[in-house]
Amino acid sequence: MNALLHQVLSGLASGGIYASVALALVMIYQATHLVNFAQGELAMFATYLAWTLIQAGVPYWGAFAITVACAFVAGVAIERIVVRPVENAPILAVVIVFIALLVIFNSLAGWIWTYTIKPFPSPFPSQPLFGNSYVSSHELGSMAITLAVLLLLFVFFRYTPLGLAMRAAAQNPESSRLVGIRVGWMLALGWGLAASIGAIAGMMVAPTVFLEPNMMGGILLYAFAGALLGGIDSPGGAVLGGFIVGVLENVVGAYVGTELKLTVALVIIVGVLVVRPSGLFGRVHVTRV
Amino acid sequence: MSAVLAGARQADAASARDTMPLLAVRGLKAQYGPTQVLHGLDFEVATGGITTILGANGAGKTTTLRAVCNMVRSSGEIVLGGERIDGLATEAIVRRGVAHVPDGRGTFLHLSVEENLRLGAYSRKNRSDIEPDFERIYGYFPRLKERHRQQAGTLSGGEQQMLAVSRALMLRPRLLLLDEPSFGLAPLVVQHLFEMFRTINAQAGIGMLLVEQNAAMALKLAQHAYLLETGRVVMSGPAEAIRSDETVRRSYLGY
Repeated sequence: MNALLHQVLSGLASGGIYASVALALVMIYQATHLVNFAQGELAMFATYLAWTLIQAGVPYWGAFAITVACAFVAGVAIERIVVRPVENAPILAVVIVFIALLVIFNSLAGWIWTYTIKPFPSPFPSQPLFGNSYVSSHELGSMAITLAVLLLLFVFFRYTPLGLAMRAAAQNPESSRLVGIRVGWMLALGWGLAASIGAIAGMMVAPTVFLEPNMMGGILLYAFAGALLGGIDSPGGAVLGGFIVGVLENVVGAYVGTELKLTVALVIIVGVLVVRPSGLFGRVHVTRV
Repeated sequence: MSAVLAGARQADAASARDTMPLLAVRGLKAQYGPTQVLHGLDFEVATGGITTILGANGAGKTTTLRAVCNMVRSSGEIVLGGERIDGLATEAIVRRGVAHVPDGRGTFLHLSVEENLRLGAYSRKNRSDIEPDFERIYGYFPRLKERHRQQAGTLSGGEQQMLAVSRALMLRPRLLLLDEPSFGLAPLVVQHLFEMFRTINAQAGIGMLLVEQNAAMALKLAQHAYLLETGRVVMSGPAEAIRSDETVRRSYLGY
């Protein structure tokens, strides 16, 4: 029983990471109707930046803040420079751009920092908190950080004029222009926010999976499974889906075998697409012909 | 002497402002791909006045409104309150006080009624007086108040049209562009809506450019009318005169 509880709790910790990345995927999806395959590599690249800063003697939280800010700027820049020109291009062209970004950031990271695995520090103490034996303080801490990020985003999108304008721009660009919203900038801001969320997820997961150019590959897959499970157009659903995938993955890994961990993600992806393509909370799309 | 001249000049400027139309459009052309749909339109909306553009399906009415907001490729001179606005981005034109109630209503279907209205006020500089405007608009359309928390996509067609007009009013516009507000609505709802237009025009002095297929309703509301046929103005004048014109009566009013 205790072992199961332990697995569930640490599943929730990694689920928080998947939930954040899933949310980043959903944010881009709502604006472009495409999954940003480069989301994970952007997060990995940002984590390398944090590592470099920490190596240079910047205190952890300082490096954290700088990384989040840089990721934001990079996200905005990528939208304006790379994604905007293919805005009206056929879907496959945009998919190629996303895959190209993935490959570019992956090789760039390998070229700058080599493919050698690096340890990444955790900002939380190595002793378990409150003398509990179920969760490490890093798991607890990263769960707290991801929950705080998700809460902040919820408040931002729900209660601020800018958040409302961003939702409107993603939903109905033409009507948004007619109320004076600069739609292009809203989409760019969305990319910036998604990149920042990814950067935080990367820094939280790096101490467990270790830092290397391919560290986000599996995580992106889990996040995608979570987003699909919850509904790719439902931010709340994606977050819940991320947590569910995290727990499932951990429990299956412990009781069935670690070899099957990634399979869980793929089974979920295929299962959702077959049984309920719109996910648990997604909208069913009906196209009038 | 010079003081007298300056005074005269001021008076001149003042009278020019009084007679200057709110919107003046000269030689408006527009095209979709290779097809030209507007062939040089001239029209005006007087300050605080209501102008209507009538015409059959495909005459270019919707395109005309979209061209004023720079939502289609177009050329020509568009002057709003003395300032050229042709070539400006749609958002920039909106920020100068042009609110467009588009064809199809443009509702943010997945947002609540209240959020739709809040978006209408998005580009207003002074945010402190937004809350009283909610009350003013709920006064015009009490149904929207009852449903303010509901998802806008669940509203009926008439309610969505009220919402579209209200969203436009939240901008506190100088000019309201109305694209077939009567489309698909029951006659009673249309009547209520047009009464609201009259009230809003009288109370707030908002100029209106109304595009309609329902010529009878439009000519009763407007002071000035233009008749559009395949992208050209074929007749224009005071609404009264247009209404009593033999051809218009036969082909648009049907009696």
